[in-house]
Amino acid sequence: MNPIEIPHTWVLMLSAILFVIGIVGVLLRRNGIAIFLSLEIMLNSANLVFVAFAMLFASQPGMTAAAVSGQIFVFFVIGVAAAEAAVGLALFIALHRLNESIDVDRVNILRW
Amino acid sequence: MVSFAFLAAAVIAVVFACIAIAHRSPVINVMSLVVVFFAMAAVFAILGMDFLAAIQIIVYSGAILVLFLFVIMLLNIQSVERLGSGRRFQALLGTLVALAIGAAIVLAVCMLMPETGAVLAGAEGRGTVVPIGRALLTTHLFAFEFITLLLVAAIVGAVYLARKEPQ
Repeated sequence: MNPIEIPHTWVLMLSAILFVIGIVGVLLRRNGIAIFLSLEIMLNSANLVFVAFAMLFASQPGMTAAAVSGQIFVFFVIGVAAAEAAVGLALFIALHRLNESIDVDRVNILRW
Repeated sequence: MVSFAFLAAAVIAVVFACIAIAHRSPVINVMSLVVVFFAMAAVFAILGMDFLAAIQIIVYSGAILVLFLFVIMLLNIQSVERLGSGRRFQALLGTLVALAIGAAIVLAVCMLMPETGAVLAGAEGRGTVVPIGRALLTTHLFAFEFITLLLVAAIVGAVYLARKEPQ
């Protein structure tokens, strides 16, 4: 397999763009599910950074353990994202039962 | 050629991520997020990480987003809000904050990364299952066992939260 000519700054830039899109979604959407989707985009862009640095380490001699650890970290992030999605969506179901809406502006039961 | 494939996947990911956060229909949001995750899996595969590409598709697109679709179906959400349709000031401030954070990230990447021709080189066997599985069951065994515990706790918690309140 030939060396791949992708500068790792490209991967980091893609990750930064996706992270900013995720932040915009979290800050500007009012629908709870849409906020959750934006969170998933942000988690994925973090995974991309792990992958970029794992590749960077893998191309250096003696750093293969670090490269494998980077990929394992992505594996765990995906696992935690799955758990977070399950609990969060259950929360929204409970909220919808209470409120008839998942608009986060209308959630104020803990405010006073 | 390879960098062209990377650029194509990156453009697809960014465009569909914009649709995923901006479209007002929740189903279209989730479906375009599926496209984003497939593009990310393509990026992982281009970089030589076959295992991550596979679990990206199986876990993210296959499990998590299907969960989102099920919840949207259960709750019968008909969203009418658009991106930033709430308070004008809040939308402006949110965009500014996001752009500031993005500028900070880009600046950090440009400053910290020396342009010493750091090019991601592919080699066989790096991203395949064998070294990852070996490390998971030796070095990271403890974390691996604990994430199963976390998933069980999350399932129990989700069932408890979403159940009907007994009268």
